[in-house]
Amino acid sequence: MTYEFDFAWLAGYWPVFARGVAMTIRLILVGGVLGIALGIFCAWGRALGPRWLRPLVALYVELIRNTPFLIQLFFIFFGLPAAGFRLNEVEAASLAMVINLGAYSAEIIRAGIEATPRGQFEAGASLALSPLQTFRHVVLIPALQKIWPALASQVVIVMLGSAVVSQIAVEDLTFAANFAQSRTFRAFEAYFLSTAIYLALAILLRFLLLRLGDLLFPHKRGAR
Amino acid sequence: MTRRDPIRMPSNDRPAPARAAHSQGRPMITKRRLLAAALAAATALSAAPAAFADALEDIKSAGIIRVAVPQDFPPFGSVGTDMKPQGYDVDMARLIATRLNVDLALVPVTSANRIPFLQTGKVDLVISSMGKNPERDAVIDFSDAYAPFYNGVFGPEDLAIADASDLSGRTVGVTRGSIEDLELTKIAPADATLKRYEDNNGTISAFLSGQVEAIATGNVVAAAIIAQDPPKKPAMKFLIKNSPCYVGLNENEPALQAAVNEIIAAAKADGALEEIAQQWLGMGLPEGL
Repeated sequence: MTYEFDFAWLAGYWPVFARGVAMTIRLILVGGVLGIALGIFCAWGRALGPRWLRPLVALYVELIRNTPFLIQLFFIFFGLPAAGFRLNEVEAASLAMVINLGAYSAEIIRAGIEATPRGQFEAGASLALSPLQTFRHVVLIPALQKIWPALASQVVIVMLGSAVVSQIAVEDLTFAANFAQSRTFRAFEAYFLSTAIYLALAILLRFLLLRLGDLLFPHKRGAR
Repeated sequence: MTRRDPIRMPSNDRPAPARAAHSQGRPMITKRRLLAAALAAATALSAAPAAFADALEDIKSAGIIRVAVPQDFPPFGSVGTDMKPQGYDVDMARLIATRLNVDLALVPVTSANRIPFLQTGKVDLVISSMGKNPERDAVIDFSDAYAPFYNGVFGPEDLAIADASDLSGRTVGVTRGSIEDLELTKIAPADATLKRYEDNNGTISAFLSGQVEAIATGNVVAAAIIAQDPPKKPAMKFLIKNSPCYVGLNENEPALQAAVNEIIAAAKADGALEEIAQQWLGMGLPEGL
């Protein structure tokens, strides 16, 4: 039971892996930024938005949180073209990640908003802040502060979940591993390498997000 | 022509003598081993004359031809909803039996046991979507090709692609790691985009939903798409790798081989084979089959 590791094949495949890593990073950048933005909007809509918006947001959040990501992806990529809405695989993957992260982060952020005492709204109003100003300064920032580590975890989960986008021929890191594996048949090495890269990416992403949290909410530094 | 029961499925439970002899050969009992060897030799000897007799004469005098067909490989051979075998190979077996004017006994086989079935005289012919290769050619004989089996690039009827260079600037779907993927990667121009999907379903869905303009796949996969009667039907554009199917028969049977080849040639000429191909593969026979 000895296995001889052989990474010699990597000489020919490292560009595939490099492009794959770049694609995975690109997807999580787009998905992360837009997904959190969508999540903030939905959290506002569900907790404080106009009455007609609340059931719509609730429907979206429940629909996404109760269906598999892979099915959402297939629906967007294979299903929507039948309705005349065609996205290429990278657009479809990005959209699926934004929609997915949007729903999960909406619930996380809403938890933060609902943890904000009622009195803070009144305090904002008494300072003559507009409802939007109250939301931004009095509600959202403290809410994000409270749930930032949870949000960072969710972004990492979505990044790792993006592995399935190779199913629609997006050339991400998983695609690179599968591609190399199917050409060289060095399955152990190909998945060993991709595992190591995903691990490094996840740790790096979490670290960067937490640092970003410290920068965004400086007065809470050390309080976490 | 009076055929009482055109298709009989003989039971497959007859023990194979040679194999039974081998399983008795325990290493510890030398005498038994010797006996087993003698038994095996005797079986081989008794089987040998049959193989050298004229199989065509035997078939005609018995009034029945036994043909090995697949039962788990649509559209070549599968079991229909009426529990009867159906498919390209089954129709081909029927055609040969009809034209030899004998009854037909279909013997379901797997790709692993079809050649042993032929060699041990359990069947007269193997019509089991079998390709030709040197290993097989060394132990059995083949007829002329009777069915197309190839990988190629398929696209909608109106897409103008005649060879690999026409893929320039186009998007082609392919199943990752398949023969088509490996071959097309070599021959496709640099500005053609290959989208590699995990499995045939992904490749098919990408084609049907318009995510790729063409796909590289096997004619059997294309036939499966056509059978679903989708709005966009794949048509053959160019060939990547050709490996047509041949009827397998025992060696040194020139009369049977000639008779089968004659039937295949006649069926090609009179359109009977074209009809079978249209029915099961959804497209006609390619040129040069």
